[in-house]
Amino acid sequence: MERRAYYKNGGLPWLLIAPQLILVLVFFYWPTTQALYWAFTLEQPWGGGNTWVGFANFLGIFRDGQYWAMVGRSAFYAIATTAISMVIALTLAAFVDRSLKGTKLFQSVFVWPYAIAAPAAGVAFRFIFSPDAGLVGAINQIWPGLWNPAINGAHALAMVIVCHAWLGIGYNFIFFLAALQMIPRSLSEAGAMDGARPFRRMMDLQLPLITPTVFFLIIMNLISSFTDSFGLIDVMTEGGPIGSTEVMVYNIYVDGFKGLDYSGAAAQSIVLMLLVIALTFVQFKWVEKRVHYN
Amino acid sequence: MAAITISGVKKRYKKNDVIHGVDVEIEAGEFVVILGPSGCGKSTLLRMIAGLEEISEGTIAIDGTVVNQLEPRERGCAMVFQNYALYPHMTVSQNIGYALKVAGMPKAEREAKVLKVAKSVSLEPYLDRKPGELSGGQRQRVAMARAMVREPKVFLFDEPFSNLDAKLRVAMRAEVRNLHRSLGVTSVFVTHDQTEAMTLADRLIVMNSGIVEQVGKPSEVYHNPASLFVADFIGSPSMNLVRGFFAEDGYFRHGQGGMLSLPGLAKAHLSREVSIGVRPELVRRVDAGHKGAIAAVVDYTEELGASRLIYARADGSPIIAVDDGNDALGTGMPIHFAVSESDIHVFDHTTGRRIDHAGAAVRATDSVSA
Amino acid sequence: MIERSPFFDFVSYAAMILGLFLVLVPFWITFVAGSMSLPEVARVPISMLPSGHLFENIQTAWVRADLGPKMVNSLIVASGVTIGKITLAALSAFSIVFFNYRARMLCFWLIFITLMLPLEVRIVPTYSIAANALLPFQFLLDTLGITWLIETVSGIRVGLEWNLLNSYTGLILPLVATATGTFLYRQFFMTIPDELVEASKMDGSGPLRFFWDVLLPLSRTNMLALATIMFVSSWNQYLWPLLITTDRTNYGTVVMQLKALIPAQNGTPDWNVTMAGALIIMLPPLLVVALMQRWFVRGLISRDK
Repeated sequence: MERRAYYKNGGLPWLLIAPQLILVLVFFYWPTTQALYWAFTLEQPWGGGNTWVGFANFLGIFRDGQYWAMVGRSAFYAIATTAISMVIALTLAAFVDRSLKGTKLFQSVFVWPYAIAAPAAGVAFRFIFSPDAGLVGAINQIWPGLWNPAINGAHALAMVIVCHAWLGIGYNFIFFLAALQMIPRSLSEAGAMDGARPFRRMMDLQLPLITPTVFFLIIMNLISSFTDSFGLIDVMTEGGPIGSTEVMVYNIYVDGFKGLDYSGAAAQSIVLMLLVIALTFVQFKWVEKRVHYN
Repeated sequence: MAAITISGVKKRYKKNDVIHGVDVEIEAGEFVVILGPSGCGKSTLLRMIAGLEEISEGTIAIDGTVVNQLEPRERGCAMVFQNYALYPHMTVSQNIGYALKVAGMPKAEREAKVLKVAKSVSLEPYLDRKPGELSGGQRQRVAMARAMVREPKVFLFDEPFSNLDAKLRVAMRAEVRNLHRSLGVTSVFVTHDQTEAMTLADRLIVMNSGIVEQVGKPSEVYHNPASLFVADFIGSPSMNLVRGFFAEDGYFRHGQGGMLSLPGLAKAHLSREVSIGVRPELVRRVDAGHKGAIAAVVDYTEELGASRLIYARADGSPIIAVDDGNDALGTGMPIHFAVSESDIHVFDHTTGRRIDHAGAAVRATDSVSA
Repeated sequence: MIERSPFFDFVSYAAMILGLFLVLVPFWITFVAGSMSLPEVARVPISMLPSGHLFENIQTAWVRADLGPKMVNSLIVASGVTIGKITLAALSAFSIVFFNYRARMLCFWLIFITLMLPLEVRIVPTYSIAANALLPFQFLLDTLGITWLIETVSGIRVGLEWNLLNSYTGLILPLVATATGTFLYRQFFMTIPDELVEASKMDGSGPLRFFWDVLLPLSRTNMLALATIMFVSSWNQYLWPLLITTDRTNYGTVVMQLKALIPAQNGTPDWNVTMAGALIIMLPPLLVVALMQRWFVRGLISRDK
């Protein structure tokens, strides 16, 4: 859309946008450039500055079998979280969209997880899933030792995934509900005239019509699962037991701040950054073009 | 009251001219309507007067002062917009008084003025409402009051009635007319609606694709259209126009062997490629035996109540006539028409300009006589 | 609802009630456990009914994690970030939408692309910049030779330094740039009809007056939505405050304190205190969302289009 009404005012627009531009340059572009610089250089042990090492840092992490195991784990984490969260949110939104009596109450509660800090939810879920307290630990009273996320890596990962998925329900629910409510009512009515029952209409009409939202949310959820998991993991497992819940973001933190391996951490940052950029690109190019219903 | 002088004004968007040089003189206190189809540049011209569009070339002067470089607020114009452009978050009285507030007028004085203006357009009961709570006609009046309160030198109207229903439009037309009569402020009104234009204007400016086709009083424009475009655009149903040439035998030849005996015109415009036109209401129905009768075949008729329109075809050329008979006219029935030679307009076909009976083309601004 | 279908209605309610449990159980357990005494909370499985020790637990948590000053810090940071984001977003979007200058789309993209650079992927270098926020400028001066020039002329070596570690500025400033907010405001500003701009020009108001008198009042809904989203996300920040504050006593936020509340491996498993603490830490953003739901849902949605 082209506007025609503009203000003419030499310096004013620059003055207005300058604060944000400066912040963006200082806190986004400069660090990103720095990360690139570090990723391709190595700091000399006796303060001799950085030397150019090309792709050595990348090769270093790529040759490490543990790194790939962690990438695989991160991918599994992201996909599982996204799937669980979206399926639950979509189901709830589909039923809320029927606007039965009292759904307003359900609707407002379903949004709540959006408001919760990941570490706070992490603490709550850690208690719920604790082997010797809370709720799930009750299993251990029947079959001692069956459930223990403190020792069993799979259990720990499952626990973190469930918590992350729970946190995403609110956000996904809002978008699904909005998309469903955007579908013209007359379409459902036409479906009813064609003899389709409510469940049938949900499957044949509503779901196909919200595919753009589904794709949008898949990407958003994947990005968030790849990047937002730090707080959760730090509070729930600190990456343990024995690294079984260590994902890319957490590893960057550990290598960078605990191991002080800036070059390695920077290289990992760049990999993660490229991943996010690729996902965003898919979101912009592919999804926007392929999925359109009007 | 102020005169507006538009001289050699052009508007260019990215090397594309949308207004090709307009010269018009608007007199102080005059009500001028710019009429034309959409995209003809009429709104652009108005907005250049207002200062909302840059003038690419030429000058616009208000009261003798060239305003090209002045900001809108410095030009002394007030404008009524097509969609009213009321501030949705302000009450009616805040909307009306906003310009005064910006100008720094003290509150008490401002409120008194707002009240006075609101009274004059019967908006007094609605002063505390927001635009969203008003009907279309009321919003329209707020927009007018907002323009009036500043006591501008010039009123500009940009298709202000296009969002109103037919009945309200007629009522608002009368109101604008009254307003102009009582305030006498120079007004420029843009519209694509010819009825609106004809009823409101002291003078009409007819525009088409960036040029002024004709400037003149409404009746002048109607009865002496300066170009084919004006002839076709003004009047409903539009003028019967047919292309052909005058032969030496005093006949006008057109279509598939059509002949019209027009000895007087033929003498003046011998062998010229022309279009001739006649208003439908001046096409008379006659008996078959009438001298010089045009034989035609009825296509269909449209009942208007007081009269009806006959759509017919004579030698392959369509012809429309206004008729007050009430006999049955079925498709395919023969019918006969006659036209007086003096009712016929002649246009040069290549230039599209009117040719007066001495044979010279009429220029766009020749018919200005104010 | 188009036709009556009692069975499907029943299924719908059942599913929604199940969903309600799913969503509420963590909240409920946090609340219930937070209200229990130590022996009560140690029972497995935990009772689903609240007990009467909520306030003493909150008190204990409050003291143990020093929540008083931390709450104040969280509030300062969350409000600071929220206000900053809204202000910057509105000003930037205003500049991009209502002024016609060559570089405006470049500026917009510079801001918008930061969506692809979440904090998590640039923590290491961002941390170093927080230690000296003027580093880029120093670099600029050095490469342009200005440092050298000044040194030769005046003998003074220019060393720009602005340490943001352990300061409110450091907690707030790096979070204030906002692609989402700018985008949202831009979307909203683009729906403002041209005629409104023109009407205000005719009424004699300049750009800033128009911004203040017309745009800001009109964008109140969007502002509330944006404020809600921003407040929630900045209150819930964890990683950034963790990095920028080494002096936790003075500059820690409540969310950072959560970890300190978790019972130690071999310590007393006083989860009741932990949960009471978690409860009050999650409460402020929850209240904001619950109160502002109508507005913020609208704001969040307009993001994808």
